[in-house]
Amino acid sequence: MATSSAISTTASAAPQPSVQSGLWSWLTTVDHKRIGLLYLYTALFYLLVGGLEALLIRTQLARPNLSVVSAEMYNQLFTMHGTTMVFLVVMPLSAAFFNYLIPLQIGARDVAFPRLNAFSYWVYALGGLFITLPIFFGLAPNGGWFGYAPLSGPTYGGGYNMDFWVLGLQILGISSLAAAFNFITTIINMRAPGMTLMRMPMFTWMSFVVQFLIVLAFPVITAALFFLQFDRFFGTNFYQVQAGGDPLLWQHLFWVFGHPEVYILVLPAFGLVSEVLPTHSRKPLFGYNVMAFSGMMIGFLGFGVWAHHMFAVGMGPVADSIFAVTTMLIGIPTGVKIFNWIATMYGGSLRFPTSMKFAIGLIAMFTIGGISGVMHSSPPSDLQQTDTYFIVAHFHYVLYGGAIMGIFAGIYHYFPKITGRLMNERLGSWHFWLNFIGLNLTFFPMHFSGMLGMPRRIYTYDAGQGWDLFNMISTVGTYLLLVAGLIFAYNFFSSRKRGAVAGNDPWGGATLEWSIPSPPPEYNFAQIPEVTSRYPMWDLKAPDRTASLEHVHPSADDIAAAHAVPVHEETERRSAKELGIAIPFSTIRPFMVALGIIIMFSGLIVLHVGEFPLAMAAMLGGSAFMVGSLYAWLTSPLE
Amino acid sequence: MATVAAAGAHEAHEHAHYTTTGLNHRKIAMWTFIGSECMLFGSLISTYLVYKGRSVVGPFPHEAWTSPTGQAFKPILNIPVTSASTFVLLMSSLFMVLALAAVENKGKPGYEGLLGASKFWLAATAAAGATFLGFQAFEFTSFVHEGLTIRTNLFGTSFYTLTGFHGTHVAVGVLWLMTMLFIDLKRGLEPRDAINVDIMALYWHFVDVVWIAIFTLVYLIK
Ligand code: HEM
Repeated sequence: MATSSAISTTASAAPQPSVQSGLWSWLTTVDHKRIGLLYLYTALFYLLVGGLEALLIRTQLARPNLSVVSAEMYNQLFTMHGTTMVFLVVMPLSAAFFNYLIPLQIGARDVAFPRLNAFSYWVYALGGLFITLPIFFGLAPNGGWFGYAPLSGPTYGGGYNMDFWVLGLQILGISSLAAAFNFITTIINMRAPGMTLMRMPMFTWMSFVVQFLIVLAFPVITAALFFLQFDRFFGTNFYQVQAGGDPLLWQHLFWVFGHPEVYILVLPAFGLVSEVLPTHSRKPLFGYNVMAFSGMMIGFLGFGVWAHHMFAVGMGPVADSIFAVTTMLIGIPTGVKIFNWIATMYGGSLRFPTSMKFAIGLIAMFTIGGISGVMHSSPPSDLQQTDTYFIVAHFHYVLYGGAIMGIFAGIYHYFPKITGRLMNERLGSWHFWLNFIGLNLTFFPMHFSGMLGMPRRIYTYDAGQGWDLFNMISTVGTYLLLVAGLIFAYNFFSSRKRGAVAGNDPWGGATLEWSIPSPPPEYNFAQIPEVTSRYPMWDLKAPDRTASLEHVHPSADDIAAAHAVPVHEETERRSAKELGIAIPFSTIRPFMVALGIIIMFSGLIVLHVGEFPLAMAAMLGGSAFMVGSLYAWLTSPLE
Repeated sequence: MATVAAAGAHEAHEHAHYTTTGLNHRKIAMWTFIGSECMLFGSLISTYLVYKGRSVVGPFPHEAWTSPTGQAFKPILNIPVTSASTFVLLMSSLFMVLALAAVENKGKPGYEGLLGASKFWLAATAAAGATFLGFQAFEFTSFVHEGLTIRTNLFGTSFYTLTGFHGTHVAVGVLWLMTMLFIDLKRGLEPRDAINVDIMALYWHFVDVVWIAIFTLVYLIK
């Protein structure tokens, strides 16, 4: 029996000692910080890929009737640009911060399931390759990032292109779900004594909300993708209109997932700026409770607005009105956040390092996107705007101006914690301003070209419709963004080696991650901290800022059970062994399980090619490999 | 089985770790997993219901149908047989409860005989699950013989997908039960292993509850 042999192989394999460098150590690491770095580097690489795709798109659209790329290639480019940016860039960049920061912010030594965490990363990394590589063979997905069935079904979307999309998203979903189970458990169950929910740093709060959104939204697209997969591979009828299938089924399922997804993209960035703004305003976050609850409110309402993506399909006045109202409602908690950030800065003693510039940039840019969003929450108005460049302008203001700007704020803010060195501020400033100008040059004119009727997802257009100038400006802006990106990349890589040494706490941060050395030791906290307020580090260093806030000590039982000590700066660096802290063993098994999954899914592509025996071999072999590796993983000790 | 024993020892060690809520990590994770499974089955069931009565050709679940070529089809769902398999699955939940109690209370007074026979109850649960799968295999093959495949019409498509997903969940559960039984046979499960059985039971009961929803919505309501 497969199981028993899997178990007995592990019986003979001794747990590997953890190696700290070299490829093997990265393949086998289960340390949340190193996994966070893997996410960060991989996602930055995909930012380059998605950015180059955008650059090609904009080059093609610079002037009327260009033929830089073919129509077919254009379809692949915008599909992959959207899919890459959403699933391979912004979500994983957020995941990089979840991984790196959540344990540090709640005073934990790792996540709840370190090996599951490694598994999530490897599924993402391999799944990303699965969906990205086909573009080099002209086989990339070409049906849009929303993959509307029946267009993506077997009848109209034949060929292999959308196969890669359906299966690729299915794979990436596994990664996000596994990570979400992990982080929810971590946040619920691994907080240091005294770290009550209402004392958690705001980034952890927003991450917490996001994990619930992932847990509840991803299964819906999983189901929708299974239907599409079955239609494509097994000839079922889910989206087959001639068999009575409803062409709107996909749209509903997709957007029940898709709308929460946009909050999945933006809430982590909100969390990051909620860390940056108070730190550089040297003032507690204004309206902490309201910030936490508005995050929850956004998450909750986010499940009730999906059909505003579908006003144009003719759902009737009742449905249209309901979704218009819920959409306008969701503007309220979002607006609350904007005002709270502004109020946080009001009366503070402000500093403007690059992270702060990006954080303030987010407030401004997201507000523009928010306003155009409220504009098309009204169905009559949306009917004019839907599927035009106006929409493209809107969602780039929220996704680039919101998510990406927030993430850059986070990168500049946490770079010293992660590497022990500061990024260059002068280059940072160049990056910010070029980015800010480039962003507005690129996306602001799209409001106008959209209002003048330019549709999205067209590979070229005729002159004389009033669109030429706006398109030219957009393209120039994109090249400016490229320059900004290159400056960032240079700054990032050179500061890693040559930046000024940062120390524990270069910014005067308020939360636990700033109490430990940079980069943090393997075990994070030599002693688990005992938390008495929301801003433990300010209690130590700037008590006047937190004097008016509540301070409550955790129970003696909890302190004793966790061996916790009052929050203090940890400066000494000793090995985990010296301190007697158990560190999880590194292991290759999560990688192997992920590999098994990829092989299994590749089998389906082979099936479509028509190589039946090879396909069966891949699917059965892949699943056997996966199950075997899984048993080996589950029966080996963690630490 | 040195490793299995080591894994057990490691579990005991995990209990020593401080957790904020005092609950076991994996139990919380299982509850979150179940939350997401609710959304998965919710989507599958809603799709089935949305497509109910919208197939352009038969066979249909509750109505007879005569094809344009004059071939006659009976209503395809066999409610007596499925009631029997539903009963078996419900009993498996009872066995699961008894298995958990047996592991939790091993060695305590009153749990010497059958009540303490964790191996027996685990095997019974697994067997009931496997029987349910047998019924399902029988149901699927007879439907195919009667002319309903997953490609025939919307009903076939959504029915096989929904019940097939549920069946896959049962199959995973049976595999899990057999693994647990294997460990019990090798080294004997003890009260400190109860948490592992508890988490498995959580999954098993969830899969059972989903079946009750499916049985009611698909089979009983016309
Ligand atoms: C680097 C700067 C960027 C530029 C110049 C850019 C440009 C564009 C353009 C011109 C389109 C429209 C293509 C068409 O409809 O034919 C587009 C679509 C899209 N972009 Fe971007 N974009 C950028 C960054 C981003 C970012 C950061 C995100 C998300 C986080 C993003 C997400 C999307 C999505 C989801 C679509 C829709 C794709 C589709 O219709 O399938 N973009 N982008």
